Amino acid sequence: MAKAILTLTLNGRPREDAVSHNVLLIDYLREIAHLTGTKMGCDGGECGACTVLVDDRPRLSCITLAHSVAGKRVETIEGGARDGRLSQLQRAFHERLGSQCGYCTPGMIMAAEGLLRRTPKPSTEEIRQGLSGNICRCTGYTKIIEAVRVAAGDAT
Amino acid sequence: MNDAPPAHAPPRLVGERVPPRLVGERVPLIDGVEKVSGAAKYTADFTHADALVGRIWRSPYSHADILDVDVSEARALPGVVAVLTGDDCDVPFGILPIAQNEYPLARQRVRYRGDPVAAVAAVDEATAERALSLIRMRVTPLPAYCDPKSARAPGAVPLHENRPGNLERDVHHQFGDVDAGFAAADIIVERSYACAEVTHVQMEPDASLAAYDAERDRITLHTVSQVPYYVHLKVAQCLGMDTSQIRVVKPFIGGGFGHRTETLNFEIIACLLARAARGRVRLKLSREETMITHRGRPRTDVTVKVGVTRDGKITACTCETVQAGGAYGGYGIVTVLYAGSLLNAIYDIPAVRYDGYRIYTNTPPCGAMRGHGSVNVRYAFESLLDEIAREIQTDPIELRRRNLLRAPLRTINDLMVESYGLPACLDYVEQASGWRERRGRLPKGKGLGIACSHYVSGAAKPVHWTGEPHAVVNLKLDFDGGITLLTGAADIGQGSSTILAQIVGDVLGLDLSRLTVVANDSRITPKDNGSYSSRVTFMVGNAALEAAKNLKTLLVAAAARKLEAQPGDIECLGEVYRVRGSQDPGLPFGAVVKEALAESGTITVKGTFMVPRKYQGGSYRGAAVGPSMAYSYAAAVAEVTIDEDSGRVTVDKVWAAHDCGYALNPLSVEGQVQGAVWMGLGQALSEEIRYHDGLPVAANMIDYRVPTIVESPDIEVKIVESVDPNGPFGAKEASEGALASVIPAVANAVYDAIGIRLRETPMTPDRVLAAIERHERAQRRNRPGRAA
Repeated sequence: MAKAILTLTLNGRPREDAVSHNVLLIDYLREIAHLTGTKMGCDGGECGACTVLVDDRPRLSCITLAHSVAGKRVETIEGGARDGRLSQLQRAFHERLGSQCGYCTPGMIMAAEGLLRRTPKPSTEEIRQGLSGNICRCTGYTKIIEAVRVAAGDAT
Repeated sequence: MNDAPPAHAPPRLVGERVPPRLVGERVPLIDGVEKVSGAAKYTADFTHADALVGRIWRSPYSHADILDVDVSEARALPGVVAVLTGDDCDVPFGILPIAQNEYPLARQRVRYRGDPVAAVAAVDEATAERALSLIRMRVTPLPAYCDPKSARAPGAVPLHENRPGNLERDVHHQFGDVDAGFAAADIIVERSYACAEVTHVQMEPDASLAAYDAERDRITLHTVSQVPYYVHLKVAQCLGMDTSQIRVVKPFIGGGFGHRTETLNFEIIACLLARAARGRVRLKLSREETMITHRGRPRTDVTVKVGVTRDGKITACTCETVQAGGAYGGYGIVTVLYAGSLLNAIYDIPAVRYDGYRIYTNTPPCGAMRGHGSVNVRYAFESLLDEIAREIQTDPIELRRRNLLRAPLRTINDLMVESYGLPACLDYVEQASGWRERRGRLPKGKGLGIACSHYVSGAAKPVHWTGEPHAVVNLKLDFDGGITLLTGAADIGQGSSTILAQIVGDVLGLDLSRLTVVANDSRITPKDNGSYSSRVTFMVGNAALEAAKNLKTLLVAAAARKLEAQPGDIECLGEVYRVRGSQDPGLPFGAVVKEALAESGTITVKGTFMVPRKYQGGSYRGAAVGPSMAYSYAAAVAEVTIDEDSGRVTVDKVWAAHDCGYALNPLSVEGQVQGAVWMGLGQALSEEIRYHDGLPVAANMIDYRVPTIVESPDIEVKIVESVDPNGPFGAKEASEGALASVIPAVANAVYDAIGIRLRETPMTPDRVLAAIERHERAQRRNRPGRAA
């Protein structure tokens, strides 16, 4: 498969890579950009573990072609921390045990980040709808909802 | 009992200097920062430029004799480095020493669709994929049996030579005088229940990274295991290598729930491929392959009969289970034994008979899943109790109260119960759910249901009985003043490393900043049997407690030397050691460490834990499964809404109380209980492995209906602390016991809502509608004179 130059902004930094046309965004992130925080949990579009933000919107990187995000801003879990400190969502997931095994966590946090950018003070129902494409097998979701509410400044 | 501090926890010091407490605090996971930042490395995250791509070719037949497997074309394909078949390994494996009947790659016979037959290692994905397409297998098809009935039918071909009738194991246990018990009963009720097969769906698909060092004939395996030690043994066994030449590393693990409590075929295949390719092989299974590798909870048919007196005292119980075990042994024998032994140790039942049948079927092997063995029987038993309560017109909570145990005691099947928080669990869910005020007064289509459950805190007999202690923890203290906790306990997300660090830090009065946990590298960490049967907090926690006390003794002795005092007069305040009662500033921790090292150099101390003989069960056949030093207890009330037009059951809320002995980390206990209850809700409402002619038709995360956040209710958790005399600080298990209760709680709530008893899981809309229709037809029949 022929390669073409893919230009995008990844976690705030511009990048250029020679990438085949059939490469999925998740494989670009993990194998080419070496950002393995984004996880593969299923055989395509079932679980949400691979969620990243593309121009602030949650996208499933496992069913997205890398070249389809050319020129756009892509954000992964590795881009959350600023000056080495966790983002509010990351901190809330950590401190409120919104993450147990941690495997769904990157996708869950990116989906929540997208939600909070659209809806800074979501209701519990809006949190449920916003995270409905992300499966977690450890928490039963109760503490995930709590973590998002804490990050949104809606709970202490 | 609920709110009082545990009686034997060390008293909190009063005064100007108080060492920080770690035990009993809501401490976030010590590896949580890595998880939320994306830094945590799971097996598939180790990328190596030189790693070959491994792939498995699987049987398209449910049951067939292999005539030959032709891999010549695959082997000739450029870029293919190794191709293996069953001819390349003739050593069978299996988690139980008495049931090793599986080969890494099938030999002579395939027994389920998806049974691994051949494996390739190639330079890239595309080449590996192409190589798989060139593999041919010729077979003589055999009749396939996808359910116990056909597998047990006369004349059925045995899947395994030495198992006529496809009976893997039958268990017949009787304790107490069952006939006399039923004779003493005023009412006897018998019902049958059916539970669909369910699976773990841990979020991380299976993966192994095996590196063969051809110069030294050694293997290093990174893999997704809950039991790295057992993987180590089986890899050595199947590869014919000395255990000292193998190193097993467990990186971050994306959940387990039992899927990873036995050595799985792909882990051995990865090592075989690496050795054949003389290099490094990364073998990542797809979600579909992961769900075919399976080893979850088997389809189970349960018939329970219970006799009670008019005032609600249980006099006897019989139970029969038939489990569709799948194609290979795995943990099957343990599953069918747990199902019987854990009929006991929750209520006072004077006589119990159990008949269990584990049947081989041409489906992926079943095995251990959260609440191993106990869940389906508990669902049946607790549903039946609800039916009995209606029959004798007694409140179902009250019926349970009339049959409580009085701990400490030894059950009729030799289980030791020394702490028992079930009464407090019942009290809490009754009060919190508004049971007395609300039950029977809810609007149409809404109902409340109650049920209880329990589970072991570690199997008293390990799978591989060697006579060694059940757990070992090492602590290293060096010149830098840092303490490294070395453990083989597998943290798979349940937070075991955090609990161990809390215990050690608490004993030494230090905060977590001085502690580092190194877990699961067989070159470095002490052997551990693994994360199964909820053993880690109890057993490894006790070993960590002993190790920390041993280290403290050395530090106190060093401080005594330096302060020219008797060790008994030294007060340890964590960062400061001083003579008790003195006004001296005392010695800072660093100075104490320096003095201690001056004596002996780098300090390594050990703590061990052994389950005493009296807790290891009776001497009858099968007595090894069920005994534990402590049992957790749980009660749940579920509130449901049923839409009678669609048959949809919605769980609006669950109140769950769990007796974990003592909450070493209440945040973690809540998380574990919520997770367990929610997993039970999945089995109750939607989860189901289905086969069409042996072909799994729900081997993905859409058709296998794991509840999403939208369908998941709020789960309110109450921690009950019965303070077990043998647990570390009184702690027992917290992550399995609560699962089973919620399934019958939902079924009982459905009955409360619409007066219809569902005796099958999952309670999907089609099943609910069918039950409603059956019920309406029966009602019409019972009303003669009405126009048809």
